[in-house]
Amino acid sequence: MAVLRTSIVSLVVFTVMLGIIYPLAMTGIAQAVFPDKANGSIIVKNGKTVGSSLIGQPFSAPGYFWSRPSATTPYPYNGVSSSSSNLGQNNPDLQKALADRISALKTADPENTKPIPIDLITSSGSGLDPHISPAAALYQIHRVAKHRGLSESIVTSLVEKHTEPRQFGIFGEPVVNVVKLNIALDKLN
Amino acid sequence: MTGSGLFQIGLYFAVLVVLIKPLGSYMAKVYEGTPNLLTPILRPVEKLLYRIFGVHSDDEMPWRTYTASVLVFNLLGAIVVYLLQRFQQSLPLNPQGFPAVSWDSSFNTAVSFITNTNWQGYGGESTMSYLTQMMGLGVQNFLSAATAMAVLIALIRGFVRRNAQTIGNFWVDFTRSILYILLPLSIVFTVVLVSQGVVQNFKPYRTASLMQTVSYDKPVVDSQGNTVKDASGKDKTEPAVMKEQQIPFGPAASQIAIKQLGTNGGGFFNVNSAHPFENPTPLSNFLESLAILLIAAALCYTFGKMAGDTRQGWALLAAMFIILIPLLIFCYYSETIDAPYVKNLGAAVTSDGNMEGKEVRIGVANSALWATVTTAASNGSVNAMHDSFSPLGGLIPLFLMQLGEIIFGGVGSGLYGMIVFAIISVFVAGLMVGRTPEYLGKKIESFEMKMSSLVILIPAVCVLLGTAIAVIAKDGVAGIANPGPHGFSEILYAFSSCANNNGSAFAGLSANTLFYNIVLGIVMLLGRFGVIVPVLAIAGSLAGKKHVPVGSGTLPTHTPLFVVFLIGIIIIVGALTFLPSLSLGPIAEHLTAIK
Repeated sequence: MAVLRTSIVSLVVFTVMLGIIYPLAMTGIAQAVFPDKANGSIIVKNGKTVGSSLIGQPFSAPGYFWSRPSATTPYPYNGVSSSSSNLGQNNPDLQKALADRISALKTADPENTKPIPIDLITSSGSGLDPHISPAAALYQIHRVAKHRGLSESIVTSLVEKHTEPRQFGIFGEPVVNVVKLNIALDKLN
Repeated sequence: MTGSGLFQIGLYFAVLVVLIKPLGSYMAKVYEGTPNLLTPILRPVEKLLYRIFGVHSDDEMPWRTYTASVLVFNLLGAIVVYLLQRFQQSLPLNPQGFPAVSWDSSFNTAVSFITNTNWQGYGGESTMSYLTQMMGLGVQNFLSAATAMAVLIALIRGFVRRNAQTIGNFWVDFTRSILYILLPLSIVFTVVLVSQGVVQNFKPYRTASLMQTVSYDKPVVDSQGNTVKDASGKDKTEPAVMKEQQIPFGPAASQIAIKQLGTNGGGFFNVNSAHPFENPTPLSNFLESLAILLIAAALCYTFGKMAGDTRQGWALLAAMFIILIPLLIFCYYSETIDAPYVKNLGAAVTSDGNMEGKEVRIGVANSALWATVTTAASNGSVNAMHDSFSPLGGLIPLFLMQLGEIIFGGVGSGLYGMIVFAIISVFVAGLMVGRTPEYLGKKIESFEMKMSSLVILIPAVCVLLGTAIAVIAKDGVAGIANPGPHGFSEILYAFSSCANNNGSAFAGLSANTLFYNIVLGIVMLLGRFGVIVPVLAIAGSLAGKKHVPVGSGTLPTHTPLFVVFLIGIIIIVGALTFLPSLSLGPIAEHLTAIK
């Protein structure tokens, strides 16, 4: 019986300590020190919430840089239902999806004969990946410039400005944030 | 493989190795009750807690009482997590108004979190209220980790004590694990994670207007909310346009910190640490992967320190590293070679690795690193989708789990599993030369061997029998997402993960069904407590024995020879048990794809 009593009391105490005080205290500190980060790195434009710099968005208009394919349902980049395709490498459905995505890219930009960087046609782990590789951004410059009536060099320099190197030069991989890049692109026109 | 990738992996291990000794000796002080860095602040809190609990810190427990405390406390914890999910719709902190979770999913999740498995049949951001997350799941992240750490310390005492009837006090070991180790590290880690962009708030989800609207096929639902099927049996859809994006929030950072440090692995969001709010930057990724192995690795040093011979701890660590690193390099290599889908596309694409199911900021090297360490340790969080790994790349996480979660393993649980393998190794060595085996000055006899066999057999039987049942049962096969041998791998992976309390998944498998919730729930319970009880029985039996002085016939257990022997035993046991099942899954898939 002593075991049962101690179990109940300690469970209550630890639940209050770790389940209420700890997350509340951490929220207090987070809100005081990093309010922007703790609240989702939200991007506000003209008083309107346009997204988060960490959460990707879908783009299919030829005048925008496209994000990576997203496997969330029922629509891509569904913020409340992060998910991936979970397709195995040898699943015929994966091969078909890749073919469809290649053909969509080719249709939007028939003159472009460069090979497509693989990250631009494979779906991400989260379905919310805000990034593409710098190569995937460079690949799209021709299409974006043409549809925006801009010179390729202007768009290229914009991409270069938005290319983030490895963190501290060491960690991760170089990336381009598609949401931020497209916002900057809209500002150009 | 790239130079940068290999460098990041090398840096990872360098930082890990540097941290082992400081943290390990700190933890030894904590468990021995000697003054340490945090004693001035925490000792008064600790005393207060014992007073509230009605515990006298000097009251020692025989192994049966220790075990009863573990079991009763964890059972109560499971009931709380179950009830929180069942009644979350009537409880506060549910800004999205989520309804009660189904009984079978609640059972599965409650078991999953008290057993440190953190298998997730649900999607966090679309199922669980903030209250359920923090008071149920978040709390169990701490408690399940501390439980295993306490059990480990009890086992170590079994070796250290002589002719003793007791193995320590569960409440003391448990409270110290939380107060001095898990909580302070989590607090620091939470702040670092928020600085990188992990969310930490209690706000309702925010609506953003998309820069470009999306047309999609919206599933048609009837008045009861069920999907409507068309004549051919497919879900009926209607064209719709989405103009907004809901951005999910919650007290995520505080939970992610402990889910990594406590080798829990249960994500705040559905896709775990692949989610940009759970793992926003390469630095957060590096630190989160470091946190997976940190405590488990340092506990090896704690073990050596408490056993009075740090070489014993380093020897077990050496065995862990020697098994882990080649498997990691193999996994990384498998993910960088051109996948069949890349080869089929020929010159149309350029590829430097398999990016299906991976995030660009994290990349292939860090995805392979995470996949390997998260399954070596029984963490089970993911930053890339293992289901979309190459067949051989996915074999590595699968095999690491099947080895019994002892290559670092869970905090506490990994090392007590590894010590059991050391016991088996000295026994086998003893048989070879015809001597009574000893480990750390204690004779290993029939009782210890029986219990050690249970520790190895129970999870293994759960994996193989469970998989066999699931591939025969209609409800089991119904969950498969990918065709061919890969579908078998999904089921094998689920049972390997649950029986060994890992929690990662080949997530294509639809596991939130009555069948999988119940069967996997039972498997998680057996895999956890079917190991803890025999381990504590070994602790009790060893504590009662006298110390055998080192003689000319003693097999030294800190030498390279013993490390090699131990590795051999681990690999042979793992390979003999699981090679046939691996041949039917990932190996068959790999060979089928060769043209």
